[in-house]
Amino acid sequence: MNIEPRSFQLFPDSASNFAGTVDGLYLYMVLISAFFSLLVAFLIIFFAVKYRKRPGAPVPPPINDHSIGAMILEIAWSVIPLGLSLVMFAWGASIMFTESRPPKDALNIYVTGKRWMWKIQHLEGAREINELHVPVNRDVRLTMTSEDVIHDFYVPAFRTKADVLPGRYTTEWFRPTKIGDYHIFCAEYCGTKHSGMIGWVHVMSQEDYNKWLSAGSGEGSMAEEGESLFRQLGCGECHVRDGHGRAPSLRGAYGMIVDLADGSHVRFDEAYIRESILYPQAKIVAGYDRIMPTFHGLISDEGMLKLIEYIKSMGDPNGMTLERSGPNEPANLQKTGPQMSPESEIKAPTTAPRASAGTGKQQ
Amino acid sequence: MITAPPPVHVKKNYLNEKTGLKSWLLTSDHKRIAILYLIVVTGFFALGGIFAGLIRLELATPAGDLFESNQYNKIFTMHGIIMVFFFLIPSIPAILGNFLIPMMIGAKDLAFPRINLLSWYIYMLGGVFTLYVLFTGGVDTGWTFYTPFSSSYSNGYVVAAGLGIFINGFSAILTGLNFIVTIHRMRAPGLTWFRLPLFVWAHYATSAIQILGTPVIAVTLFLLVLERGLHIGFFDPAYGGDPVLFQHLFWFYSHPAVYIMILPSMGVISEVISTFSSKKPFGYTFIAFSSVAIAVFGFLVWGHHLFVAGQSIYAGLVFSVLSYVVAIPSAIKVFNWAATMYKGQIRMETPMLYAIGFIGLFTVGGLTGVVLASLGMDVHLTDTYFVIAHFHYVMVGGALLGYLSGLHFWWPKMFGKMYSDVWSKVSAVLVFAGFNLTFGPQFLLGYMGMPRRYHVYPPEFQVFNVLSSAGASVLGLGLLLPAVYLTWSLKYGEDAPPNPWGATGLEWQTQSPPISENFEVTPVVTHEAYDYSTVQEVVHIG
Repeated sequence: MNIEPRSFQLFPDSASNFAGTVDGLYLYMVLISAFFSLLVAFLIIFFAVKYRKRPGAPVPPPINDHSIGAMILEIAWSVIPLGLSLVMFAWGASIMFTESRPPKDALNIYVTGKRWMWKIQHLEGAREINELHVPVNRDVRLTMTSEDVIHDFYVPAFRTKADVLPGRYTTEWFRPTKIGDYHIFCAEYCGTKHSGMIGWVHVMSQEDYNKWLSAGSGEGSMAEEGESLFRQLGCGECHVRDGHGRAPSLRGAYGMIVDLADGSHVRFDEAYIRESILYPQAKIVAGYDRIMPTFHGLISDEGMLKLIEYIKSMGDPNGMTLERSGPNEPANLQKTGPQMSPESEIKAPTTAPRASAGTGKQQ
Repeated sequence: MITAPPPVHVKKNYLNEKTGLKSWLLTSDHKRIAILYLIVVTGFFALGGIFAGLIRLELATPAGDLFESNQYNKIFTMHGIIMVFFFLIPSIPAILGNFLIPMMIGAKDLAFPRINLLSWYIYMLGGVFTLYVLFTGGVDTGWTFYTPFSSSYSNGYVVAAGLGIFINGFSAILTGLNFIVTIHRMRAPGLTWFRLPLFVWAHYATSAIQILGTPVIAVTLFLLVLERGLHIGFFDPAYGGDPVLFQHLFWFYSHPAVYIMILPSMGVISEVISTFSSKKPFGYTFIAFSSVAIAVFGFLVWGHHLFVAGQSIYAGLVFSVLSYVVAIPSAIKVFNWAATMYKGQIRMETPMLYAIGFIGLFTVGGLTGVVLASLGMDVHLTDTYFVIAHFHYVMVGGALLGYLSGLHFWWPKMFGKMYSDVWSKVSAVLVFAGFNLTFGPQFLLGYMGMPRRYHVYPPEFQVFNVLSSAGASVLGLGLLLPAVYLTWSLKYGEDAPPNPWGATGLEWQTQSPPISENFEVTPVVTHEAYDYSTVQEVVHIG
């Protein structure tokens, strides 16, 4: 049998900002666990030998377990483990807090899970399947959704994972610290080829990454494709940019708190954009009428991500530049959209979303 | 001249008082119903074990060379459904609890004997549904039935499997109800709450969980059936549902269900450790109330299964800290068991060997649960083999070894026969060693990042998988032995005295096997439990 030497490692590669601290916590917990396991094992074996039954010995008198000493013992073995485990709790919680708050300037990459593949879209337009190219030592934030069932984007070398849910956006971030290739696994059971829904993260130097990006597909950036989608769907007829249209202006709206007609507030984020496109009546902005039709079933999950990226890129009301466009190249909003065929993004209206997913059910 | 052989005198007991199939299928004797459960539950355990063997066989190599992916997915699903719902949950309560609770409290039967029989028939009906699923093509959702996969995408018999578990749940509810009423109303004169054996306390806590928790899984699976059958949207976003809602509802039952499996085992261990040390359990009240504390806090930790499922981090914080709190009563029990042995008279009989094995494996299972309860750690480890190893240490190492310990402890009482001393000790050692070899390497696999439910895996994970499969064959052998020597003992075993282990419970004060009414005269209790000064010299010594 040909087994590589790396078969015997006990830890996965350590290739992100989280790996060191997670391993540290793990070692702390393993040591505590080993101590208590050995303590219990020692006591039981020691007692079993020392107090083994000897023929003719009288029945031992019961121990008074209501004595002060017994109480102290009971309290000690309740409180000491509790104290030690609260350290584990606090340590683990602080890691999770870091993991749940992606840095603001992180490189944003979109991930769509689908049985049984990972579709990755870079803002600059490059797309890949089951591969993710990222630059080393740069914060990377994944915004993820699923086209069908629940998946989970897991990179053991980064010590992080997050579920990828249909109809919702989840995020996961990391800062790769070591150049190399690392496994991507789907960690949430998703059916037949669950174990085939795997891929590779390629962590590259910034230089190689730039080269890789520029050698990309030649398609437009996500925001540019989103803009073209925006126009094809006629969104701009109501969402006029100067704010005097029948619908609110979207410029500079991303990240703001929006006042709603019912007096409540909502943050203008990915989830709100998605909900407003699919279910426009759900949350109406104060001062506007319920006139927007639903686009449910008309836009693919990937098309939705492009629209979101376009709306995010609309920037602040004073500037005209896209926040993120191609590398170092400010793009004009009026620029003609990319030459990408729109059919793949806009679904035929007659196709129900379910129909594409159905696979001869037995029940 | 030929002399007739001397007539064999067989005492009248619950086994021989009536004969014929009908006398068994229509019995309302809690002891006979326990035997009915024993037969069927053992059958399901064997079936679930065969599936486990197939899983380990497939995983011995990285490629999917034995089964197709769909077959493999169905195999681990059936393994999970059968082991959880048809073996682990009913095993101790329905077999040992059924047999022993009335005897331990000095009663003639449970409060509702015919409902007890009904519970068995309901269990059988649920089992028939599950076997139907098995023989018509299986189900591939995993025992967790996560939506929207189960409701909209699975190709298996989800509705039938869900109904099987739904029906089976009523069996657990009725058994729990029966135990609670019995323990409240039918204790012998003088048997106050704090004179009850710890086994009874553990079953009381278990019954409360069964009554409060099982309806939730029943409703959840019913909603799943509605969504799958009628496309009423609860869980699938395509119908306007929330996919994570299912996980909340599922774990609201299924986390407490872990305590349904482990609490009765803890009850067994408290009895066995005490008996074979001839010592009253150290910290009786702490052990009793820790069962109740586990039952209460067990309902408040379900969200620790959802740390990476898009749950708010603040919810995660609460569930994480509560998961540490629920671990403390288990730690209290382990320390109290060890302290019980202090200055005892320890006899290493087979039930004691199994019980010590339980403490070892449960300690590892519990401590690795504490590892998983830590938020940042769980992000890396959840849905990997670390979780598989952890819950097998709790459910197999804990619940199964507790069951085997109890079965060996009360077998002489149930059937009036002693089993092979040597073989049963060999079995206990093989099970302990084989178990550790099977599931120990899986902790390492999990930290390396191998996800669970993988049919095919990258080659660097093979070494630990081969170790694990090798361990499974040792474990399988260890579990096969009791089937042989226990069956053998029924015919050839030497007759058991009423109290072969020198134990104190009321069940040992009547003959083995007991008469149908359990006691000739209703006992009157004048002592606290576990008073070994009243026990006569032990009759059976290894």
